[in-house]
Amino acid sequence: MIDISGLSHDIGGSPVLRDVTLQLQKGGVVALVGPNGAGKSTLLSLIARLLPVQQGHILVGGQKVGDCDTGELAKILAILPQEVHAASRLSVRDLVGFGRYPYHRGRPSNRDQELTEDALAQFDLSDLADRQLDTLSGGQRQRAFVAMAYAQDTEFLLLDEPLNNLDLAASRALMARLRDLADKKGRTIVIVLHDINFAAAYADRVIALKSGQIVADGTPKEIVTESMLKEVFGTPAQVHIIDGRPVVLV
Amino acid sequence: MAKDVGLHNRLFILAAVLAGLCLAYLTLGAHGDWGFILMFRGQKLVALLVVSAAISVSTIMFQTITGNRILTPSIMGFDALFLLLVSVLVFVLGGQGFNMLDPRLMMALTVGLLCIASVLLFGTLLRTSESDVMRMILAGVVLAVMFRSLTAFVQRMIDPNEYAVVQASSYARFSQADTDLIGIAGVLCSLALAATWKMRSRLDVLALGKVAATSLGEDHLRGQRIALLLISVLVSVSTALVGPVAFFGLLVASLTYLVLPTHRHAVLLPGAALVAGIVLIGGQLLMERVMHLTTPLSVVVEFAGGLVFLFLLLRSFK
Repeated sequence: MIDISGLSHDIGGSPVLRDVTLQLQKGGVVALVGPNGAGKSTLLSLIARLLPVQQGHILVGGQKVGDCDTGELAKILAILPQEVHAASRLSVRDLVGFGRYPYHRGRPSNRDQELTEDALAQFDLSDLADRQLDTLSGGQRQRAFVAMAYAQDTEFLLLDEPLNNLDLAASRALMARLRDLADKKGRTIVIVLHDINFAAAYADRVIALKSGQIVADGTPKEIVTESMLKEVFGTPAQVHIIDGRPVVLV
Repeated sequence: MAKDVGLHNRLFILAAVLAGLCLAYLTLGAHGDWGFILMFRGQKLVALLVVSAAISVSTIMFQTITGNRILTPSIMGFDALFLLLVSVLVFVLGGQGFNMLDPRLMMALTVGLLCIASVLLFGTLLRTSESDVMRMILAGVVLAVMFRSLTAFVQRMIDPNEYAVVQASSYARFSQADTDLIGIAGVLCSLALAATWKMRSRLDVLALGKVAATSLGEDHLRGQRIALLLISVLVSVSTALVGPVAFFGLLVASLTYLVLPTHRHAVLLPGAALVAGIVLIGGQLLMERVMHLTTPLSVVVEFAGGLVFLFLLLRSFK
């Protein structure tokens, strides 16, 4: 469980998060939505210890983020990188193999290698395993990153706007895989999304942020409504219910 | 894995070439008392090996933590600070006094000053929440300009005759490495290299960038700080031994990536040290014994390194 209480954050003197209190239960897909500058990415970065906590505290699986051993936290929490620096010399297998690093610290055992191969197979990357990362398409590369996070075998996986550079097919495939990880492996996925329709289609729980505060929290059906869109995004978009789920007409 | 075997074979070949060159360096064209020759050349050889390992490993590590293949530690103004130190000492003590300084004291001063300066610089600049390496590098570049201006200012006040002493220290002198310092330099360098070797897997992870490294449980900021501290020890040792070098590290690092196409520092670090040894000792052998040239090797190496730098720069604009 991720337990956030009284979390506030300033960047350059202006408040980005204000007194956010939130509990994320184990399992399922949680979508963070909201307008630009609402504090979604900051919230995710704070949970992932990419930014130091200024006020309030975050507990991940009982461990306090910032105080606990970062190496131990890596076994229960992963954040999906959008890119890696050394991409030119990394093969897909190398990258996915890094997912086992928190467990072997540079000395991979046979078991670690098996789990790497398993992750490659699970994400249909076996054929691409020896390709260099920078020769892949955006969708394939994103898949390799998710496979790496899968190999890391953490209870929680955080993703910050992973659909940004993906086309429709790659976006749907990625969301379906994340859904699968939540349903079959019991993982907890926390994902920042811009497209409300993707949130409505794939998430169990949608949390809307505005000006650093949580303004709505519930199932997609409860949250994705015309009044919410007007309040949070300030735009009069229509919402229709199609096949039992809300769809925003853009 | 097959790929690993190939890389390890290449490492062995590099090691064999280096061993051959070392042997040739010790024995080629020797006349007279073998005991004296081996002693004399052996000391120089060790100095050259220490320098090549220090420069190559520090450059690879610097490029890893900055995520940039055309940077070298000298961009942070290490050599500029060294020259400022020399100029100030010559100004205060005079050319005679400077030349009479115990080289060990000079070494201690150089290493101490460079390490303190880098800890202050990295410590203050990296403390801010955003561990922004690029900002730190820019600050280093600006500081280097300041050091150079101060050096030029001090040099204008120095007696022209004594300026020659400063000038002699301003260029790398591979053939006249300070052999008195080998003992202490070797120990310092070995300690730093051992610490670097110990963090080879961490460097692999740090090379992925902040988000991936943090996700995998490596404290990015801490890793960068340790790496920068090791880099400053290595750079100051090599500067104290042979003076400032600008492009040698870049040349060697680029050659290493070419010969050993991998991301793993367990291969890259020893590989870079071997390549550096081959370039330096092979070059020295060629210049001194085969071609009997009086041109210092540093000029040739810096020229070749400069060309590699231009090539990398132009290629990245394609």
